[in-house]
Amino acid sequence: ALSTLDSITLMYPFFYRPMFEVIEDGWHSFLPEQEFELYSSATSDWRLSYVNKEFAVCPSYPPIVIVPKSIDDEALRKVATFRHGGRFPVLSYYHKKNGMVIMRSGQPLTGTNGRRCKEDEKLINATLRAGKRGYIIDTRSLNVAQQARAKGGGFEQEAHYPQWRRIHKSIERYHILQESLVKLVEACNDQTHNMDRWLSKLESSNWLTHIKEILTTACLVAQCIDREGASILIHGTEGTDSTLQVTSLAQIILEPRSRTIRGFEALIEREWLQAGHPFQQRCAQSAYCNSKQKWESPVFLLFLDCVWQILRQFPCSFEFNENFLIMLFEHAYASQFGTFLGNNESERCKLKLQQKTMSLWSWVNRPSELSKFTNPLFEANNLVIWPSVAPQSLQLWEGIFLRWNRSSKYLDEAYEEMVNIIEYNKELQAKVNLLRRQLAELETKDGMQESP
Amino acid sequence: RKRIYTTFEVEQVKLLDRFSTNNKSLTGTLYLTATHLLFIDSQQKETWILHHHIGSVEKLALTTSGCPLVIQCKNFRIVHFIVPRERDCHDIYNSLLQLSKQAKYEDLYAFSYNPKQNDSERLRGWQLIDLAEEYKRMGVPNSNWQLSDANREYKICETYPRELYVPRIASKPIIVGSSKFRSKGRFPVLSYYHQNKEAAICRCSQPLSGFSARCLEDEHLLQAISKANPANRYMYVVDTRPKLNAIANRAAGKGYENEDNYSNIRFQFVGIENIHVMRSSLQKLLEVNGTKGLSVNDFYSGLESSGWLRHIKAVMDAAIFLAKAIMVENASVLVHCSDGWDRTSQVCSLGSLLLDSYYRTVKGFMVLIEKDWISFGHKFSERCGHLDGDPKEVSPVFTQFLECVWHLTEQFPQDFEFNEAFLLQIHEHIHSCQFGNFLGNCQKEREELKLKEKTYSLWPFLLDDQKKYLNPLYSSNSQKFAVLEPNTASFNFKFWRNMYHQFDRTLHPRESVCNIIMNMNEQNKQLEKDIKDLESKINKRKNEQIDGVLTKELLHPVHPESPIIKTSLCFKEQTLLPVNDTLRTIEGSNPADNRYSEYAEEFSKSEPAVVSLEYGVARMTC
Repeated sequence: ALSTLDSITLMYPFFYRPMFEVIEDGWHSFLPEQEFELYSSATSDWRLSYVNKEFAVCPSYPPIVIVPKSIDDEALRKVATFRHGGRFPVLSYYHKKNGMVIMRSGQPLTGTNGRRCKEDEKLINATLRAGKRGYIIDTRSLNVAQQARAKGGGFEQEAHYPQWRRIHKSIERYHILQESLVKLVEACNDQTHNMDRWLSKLESSNWLTHIKEILTTACLVAQCIDREGASILIHGTEGTDSTLQVTSLAQIILEPRSRTIRGFEALIEREWLQAGHPFQQRCAQSAYCNSKQKWESPVFLLFLDCVWQILRQFPCSFEFNENFLIMLFEHAYASQFGTFLGNNESERCKLKLQQKTMSLWSWVNRPSELSKFTNPLFEANNLVIWPSVAPQSLQLWEGIFLRWNRSSKYLDEAYEEMVNIIEYNKELQAKVNLLRRQLAELETKDGMQESP
Repeated sequence: RKRIYTTFEVEQVKLLDRFSTNNKSLTGTLYLTATHLLFIDSQQKETWILHHHIGSVEKLALTTSGCPLVIQCKNFRIVHFIVPRERDCHDIYNSLLQLSKQAKYEDLYAFSYNPKQNDSERLRGWQLIDLAEEYKRMGVPNSNWQLSDANREYKICETYPRELYVPRIASKPIIVGSSKFRSKGRFPVLSYYHQNKEAAICRCSQPLSGFSARCLEDEHLLQAISKANPANRYMYVVDTRPKLNAIANRAAGKGYENEDNYSNIRFQFVGIENIHVMRSSLQKLLEVNGTKGLSVNDFYSGLESSGWLRHIKAVMDAAIFLAKAIMVENASVLVHCSDGWDRTSQVCSLGSLLLDSYYRTVKGFMVLIEKDWISFGHKFSERCGHLDGDPKEVSPVFTQFLECVWHLTEQFPQDFEFNEAFLLQIHEHIHSCQFGNFLGNCQKEREELKLKEKTYSLWPFLLDDQKKYLNPLYSSNSQKFAVLEPNTASFNFKFWRNMYHQFDRTLHPRESVCNIIMNMNEQNKQLEKDIKDLESKINKRKNEQIDGVLTKELLHPVHPESPIIKTSLCFKEQTLLPVNDTLRTIEGSNPADNRYSEYAEEFSKSEPAVVSLEYGVARMTC
């Protein structure tokens, strides 16, 4: 079937010819060097490393990563052999307010005999200030993490990491999430369900439980950083799914810039695309498809849903609106643009996406498109935003899950009206200011005529 | 500071955070006044609890830090105090038990509440809603419907109002005969008349049919109702009860209409549960939601097993049935349940609200409540437990009505003139006993209590405060008979957090779009006015210059400072609910509060040159 092409190079983005003028090439909009610039004014403890230039150290990492300055590339190579998929700890976020950081990695390969790696310990300790402790957030339950040892994986032993406190959370893994999505979509698509059946289906899909779990973990990370003044290392097993959900959501909570359109795009570029979330595998089929492939999983959709939940609670603190999130969801699954193709930077390089396809950002970041995605209520909010994760505060994302099941005409019209009121307000203010200036000019003129 | 007259006060009382898992608390002083329980914490933040709002008081087992006292309020506030000394706790407990459950109407707050209005103002307040005027608006009396004087002295039915509208061809003997065949004498009368369709919504109580009894007058009255509709001679008789309940009633000599005995009726059950089921449903819901550290699964399975949303949907579906009968089939509908004052009030009022956009305005909604709830004898005092009475009579029937309306406002955000705060405020006052409107169980009782002489009406106070209750997105140009057709697939029904957790601020969105748009609307009005002022000033100046006349006014400018700056600064985020709620401060939890002041600053910052220039002028000329 056309929707399950085996070869990526036969997919639409390779044939798509844009009908719009490219103002800014999205492939160059978010370069790692630029992102690093933003930090380098605040700290000199970190450096860019090109150790993965040829994708040899870690196939799922980008060629450029940010690491502690005191750790050389040789040490990084050693650490890579100790971490799942070669994913050695790298900087994910630097909190300018207090210099605390979020790092992410794959699980340590301790195995059953408790292997250790001095360089790994040195690397993560290098991020701590003297006398300070940090937290390791393992996105798996203790049980799952212990079981991982039998397969060569594992978790950081207290004895080897005395300055770190390990906390286990349990964010579900991909096939469970996929089942959850299938159940939820099924429940939403059947309009004949009576109330009891609907509520029990909604409950048994567990979708909102996953949302709560992910949000809670992200809040915990944000709390450690901002309130406790402690640095964080996050990983699950591979460090490409739940890890990224948590690191990116924590940034939404902590960092005002990531709540702007540009900043959110940069976040997705950095924390999802560059960080090696396997989009090709996770979003192979449509989200509505009852897929049985085991690597399929709505990891990215769950992230977007969590962002939507925070957006609902802080409707003025985001520069983008719900449509922006829906658009990203759609393009992650099926798109004329090359942005979400491939599973990591290495694959994208081989596919020559930059040369052969168009970047989603080239299209989105044109004023005509941006206007559709801009939140009219946005007022920059420089505070950390703490969402409520109580079940009473979480909601089904109707814009995604009910969009084909009921008309949103009245809601859309109300939104339009809201935009009108805001626009009108701006107009009136401009006019008042203009008139005041006129009046003042007239008055000074009169005054001058009078005073001599 | 105002003085607080207290019967006593207790210091070092802790107010626990209801949802905090690590027992966070505020310490402060607890005062007991004649009307309120008041807690003032160390930050001088006040929490006022009206005695009448207290639903239950519970003293828990003594702990090391003191004696816990849990107070559950009818407006869904739950407070958990820890009183250091058991003796004090016991005193508070006993006083509250007594103060919250009055034995006589005369001891309720409304009889002592004094908003400093004189008698004529108070009377005018009561005249604000005029039901005769409302029937006129609907288009009755007319050639088919007339005002009946049968119940003028409450002789036929004590729980109905004096003024009732019935089909013109229904004679008094027919009415009297029918009333004898209906439970509590509540015979079929007009509730809503649809002028365009000439169809009616009528209401009554169940017939005393038992297994086989019939009543010719009742049959005649129903026929008269169907004949009063020239467009469709068939009418629907809607029994809002589950069929089983109606059948069970037959054994007690009551029951439902036999289609064979009545010509031209179509009989229909719609299956709304009774007041006892509703009461325990809400109880279950509140139990689940009060759980600390509630999981998503427990929340949804609790929501499901409480059945609450199922009941809400049932009421909504019944109302839609009414609206459809009238809109699609042009048919009149007669609605009843058992006594015709609970489910019948819900369904008739909600049906009318779907059909007639007037009821979706602030004033119209008040009229609707006065008509279908207050005047037709919904037993507010019993259902809300105003007095110390039978707890089995208490039931959240009116709350369900408000929730149905809220669901409609969610689906039709531009069709209601009022906002959620209006619904919450009304809910607050059905329990507060501060105003006379909801006291008593029927009009006759209200007259005997002389409520219009001794108490105040709520409505003028709400109208005075109207600004707070207006929906900024309301589009008033909708047609009078623009019918709402809500989608009632189950997924449309959501838990109403802002009602059942209205005092649990930490569960709410941290920024309120409604409030921001409301303030912006207000600001827009002010800006429009400013523009007019400025334009006329400019024109005046120009004319003066043309005339070359220097007026005295120039030498002594009247407004040295800009009026615009002053007005723009006074827009502050309005809180949805009374300000004295305890609000836990979380960083970024209410940037909405900062937001508007920032906004205003920015606004005045944008043209600083003008400001100083004006001052410059002032100095030069003075």
